[in-house]
Amino acid sequence: MKIGVLALHGAVIEHMRTLREIGVEPVAVRLPEDLAGIAGLILPGGESTTMRKLATRWGLRGPIMDLARSGAPILGTCAGMIVVAKEIVGGEEPVFPLLDVTVERNAFGRQLDSFETDLAMPILGDRPVHAIFIRAPIIERVGPGVEVLARLPDRRVVAVRQRNVIALAFHPELAGETRIHRLVATMAAEYAEPHEGTTAAGTEPWSLGESA
Amino acid sequence: MDVVTPEHARIAEDAGACAVMALERVPSDIRAAGGVARMSDPAMIEGIMAAVSIPVMAKARIGHFVEAQVLEALGVDYIDESEVLTPADETNHIDKHAFKVPFVCGCRNLGEALRRINEGAAMIRTKGEAGTGDIVEAVRHIRTLMSDIRRLASMRDDELFVAAKELEAPYDLVKQVAAEGKLPVVNFVAGGIAIPADAALAMQLGAEGVFVGSGIFKSENPAKTAEAIVQATLHFDNPKIIAEVSKGLGSPMRGIAAASVPDAERLAVRGW
Repeated sequence: MKIGVLALHGAVIEHMRTLREIGVEPVAVRLPEDLAGIAGLILPGGESTTMRKLATRWGLRGPIMDLARSGAPILGTCAGMIVVAKEIVGGEEPVFPLLDVTVERNAFGRQLDSFETDLAMPILGDRPVHAIFIRAPIIERVGPGVEVLARLPDRRVVAVRQRNVIALAFHPELAGETRIHRLVATMAAEYAEPHEGTTAAGTEPWSLGESA
Repeated sequence: MDVVTPEHARIAEDAGACAVMALERVPSDIRAAGGVARMSDPAMIEGIMAAVSIPVMAKARIGHFVEAQVLEALGVDYIDESEVLTPADETNHIDKHAFKVPFVCGCRNLGEALRRINEGAAMIRTKGEAGTGDIVEAVRHIRTLMSDIRRLASMRDDELFVAAKELEAPYDLVKQVAAEGKLPVVNFVAGGIAIPADAALAMQLGAEGVFVGSGIFKSENPAKTAEAIVQATLHFDNPKIIAEVSKGLGSPMRGIAAASVPDAERLAVRGW
């Protein structure tokens, strides 16, 4: 099974390495034809303004929206969360308006205000997630139908899911965290072969299984 | 991309730059002006920080940790401890572990890269001859770095001790590079990039990104050149796209052949 990583800019190599670690073949997506045959897509961290310009320039916005609407899992991390939001504080134009939330860019400040912390994220099991926030965004408004997956101790929302779209304000790929990618791979397998129940749940290389 | 005004910074951001370097003068003007090149005016840096939403870098002189303290106090996103400015210390680089803000430092080979990483550099850029518009020194140094890494990756474990001695680099970092076959930090190519194909050449030789200094704002059409260099960096392995974006850009920066630069005026040899 193949999962794409939008490779316009940002933490591309780290997401591709994490996918390889869990037994999924990563595909670097730079042009619309790179989307053929992938069962999910990761939108990495980086600069959302850069990603917006490059995705527009290379005609990726429509095809990625189509992929998401077809039900393929989409994971956005950090800037990837900004680009999947339907609304951005300050009125910037949304890039892939998939997730009914409002995000604020650079919500914690500049590079110097970056930080790391451990967060409870029940969807991944009891062990907390080590979350690295770099010039990170925050979710200001959560629309109906959007499930909150994690909050900071001050209750601010930093991880959400709406059907097949998951967005995180932090960088799991920089912390050696594989459970989020395993969850996406599980969703991607279901998307790729929805009617095949031949494999016992939990036996694929990427399944959450015992490591969760 | 190097910028000297808020207007430049906006052009760079619009072109798809993922960060800008706030400078009073681009390297080719620093080279032409001569004299002592120092940290830029904090007011100028703040003006650029206010103009764009992408990260802003600024340069401190090699070893000038107070310039670095000032830049950190301003809230710049990254500091470049740069040979383009006149070195302030001919023995010691800045102890970058003493700062929260990440640093980028230049190198000509693996040993120099690992010494900078050991001092706390979070990013490396292989040096070209800044301000010349001539890619030859950048090519020399990225090739040297990548071939040093490949050599290390092919060694037996018991050969790494002597390798560390010869590289004049810490053994633990040498061992890590040998095991992973890459630097433990992101590596950029800088110095002499003037046209889209230069950027793609740097990427094909193993860079993970490029710094473009004088090449943008010394060209005839900075906005188009900036955008084309961004696209060629992204599609570095797609010659058809590089050809397409290279059309009709006007004159690139005129430049000077790096080989004609007298030894005393060479910037890449600064740092050790």
